[in-house]
Amino acid sequence: MAEVLVLVDHLDGENKKSTYELLTAARTVGEPSAVVVGPAGTAAGLAEGLRAHGAAKIYAAETDSAEFLTPQVSVLESLVEQVDPVAVLISASADGKEIAGRLAVRTGSALLADAVAVSPTGVTHSVFGGAYIAEAKANTGHPVITLRAGSVEIEQAEGAGAEETVAVPASGRSATVISREPIVGGDRPELTEASVVVAGGRGVGSADDFAIVEGLADVLGAAVGASRAAVDSGYYPHQFQVGQTGKTVSPQLYIALGISGAIQHRAGMQTSKTIIAVNKDSEAPIFEIADLGVVGDLFKVAPQLQEEIAKRKA
Amino acid sequence: MKIVVLVKQVPDTYSERQLSDSDHTLDRDATDAVLDEINERAVEAALQLKEGDGGDSTVTVVTMGPDRATDAIRKALSMGADAAVHLSDEALHGSDAVQTARALAKVLGTVEGFDLVLAGNEASDGRAAAVPAMVADVLGLPALTHAREIAIEGSTVRVKRETDDGVTELTAELPAVVSVGEKINEPRYPSFKGIMAAKKKPVTTLSLTDAGLDASEVGLANALSSVTSSQPKPPKSAGEKFEDEGDGGSKIAAYLVAQKLI
Repeated sequence: MAEVLVLVDHLDGENKKSTYELLTAARTVGEPSAVVVGPAGTAAGLAEGLRAHGAAKIYAAETDSAEFLTPQVSVLESLVEQVDPVAVLISASADGKEIAGRLAVRTGSALLADAVAVSPTGVTHSVFGGAYIAEAKANTGHPVITLRAGSVEIEQAEGAGAEETVAVPASGRSATVISREPIVGGDRPELTEASVVVAGGRGVGSADDFAIVEGLADVLGAAVGASRAAVDSGYYPHQFQVGQTGKTVSPQLYIALGISGAIQHRAGMQTSKTIIAVNKDSEAPIFEIADLGVVGDLFKVAPQLQEEIAKRKA
Repeated sequence: MKIVVLVKQVPDTYSERQLSDSDHTLDRDATDAVLDEINERAVEAALQLKEGDGGDSTVTVVTMGPDRATDAIRKALSMGADAAVHLSDEALHGSDAVQTARALAKVLGTVEGFDLVLAGNEASDGRAAAVPAMVADVLGLPALTHAREIAIEGSTVRVKRETDDGVTELTAELPAVVSVGEKINEPRYPSFKGIMAAKKKPVTTLSLTDAGLDASEVGLANALSSVTSSQPKPPKSAGEKFEDEGDGGSKIAAYLVAQKLI
């Protein structure tokens, strides 16, 4: 079967969840070969997980280079030339998108960015925050595909995972990394990966009152989100913004508190499976897409809901 | 220092955006078009760098897009940019990210001796978040992306790059490409004086030929990838809605139980 290159996403010597999603998606188009770029010994540590998710080969490109992302691009570029894969799969993270774009420029490949599904004939995109579904295909060999995190259900499969060492070619001019500080995740799940999101809008009224949103989120094991209006008003930090100029989320359950539901916001959450909205204004557009809408005061409804859930858990 | 800012006109994110039925490209006529917010921040960053070195720098805005993208150019010029270059040609319609990066690289080639290329990290319409790095790759330049802080020290640029994964400090020798993130700054509003001055600033319009491009290198028909179908997702319909009568929270809890969500 034809080879598919998968760039392994790893942190602190462990495969990220996105790596397993990529391997699962890769199996629908060919035989996955995992490409590991990192310091010596990285590939050996990741191999077991990669084999358990169907990696037929593991290419280990070991380097201590402080060059920023260009080693990954150069390794993939030389592998594309060497093995002529049917596709290259990379996660649609900030780094992944950049690596993919640069690779596509170098290999003259189609760039199919931010796909939500992959098939032998092409990919599916979710456009404008899920307002459109589009199918796209490559007009070149070895398309470079980035896959949106959380869009593929991980399935295990045994792979031979034979290790092969590959060289890291020199990559020309590059930025150099001086230091790295990985983000320190809080106790709450990551916003884009959470299965439940509780979000607050302008109706929350102040930064202090966001405690109401957080309280409900914590009893549900949910991530906290905020609308642009709330972020612009300084109630909550920007990295939690859901919407067109923030994160796109698609959880099982989305609870919107005091959010009017401007298109800006809906574009980031309208593909959520179940949407519950609490808003004082019965005309708020959020109610047009809510499975359950409560016209009322969030300061009364949310604490009561929190208490009910806590009671059920006890 | 010679600074170039890549900007893009996009549909207003507060409007309902559509794909055209005929060729699945962005329906640019269906929505209001604005200078992308992130590009305002890129222009602001350029102006601050210029002000920081006593005004010796020049700021040139580069865009690729239909004729009406001149509105986006005017906005950047009224903020304080000095000049603009506009690649405008019918043949560009439907160009993909790789074609766009190559075309922008060609246009940058017409701006003599630039030191720094600034851009937004991700456009609000395409959201590929890759074009600045792709342009850098075509030109063989370092790319320092998602900048939260930019500092120029002699012939070196230092950037604090912030993404969901954390903060990385990067450095490179100029010339280089830097893309800015949301936290870089708050863009200024154009002053009345700035708006008046913008009318007199030079805007060079380039056709494909002027930029040294061939029609076979760009456009929908020559794109490296094609959208084969697109359809609006059926809108989610409204479910049940009720007024809170003191038991709203309990009713939501009951709903969640019934839906097996808790």
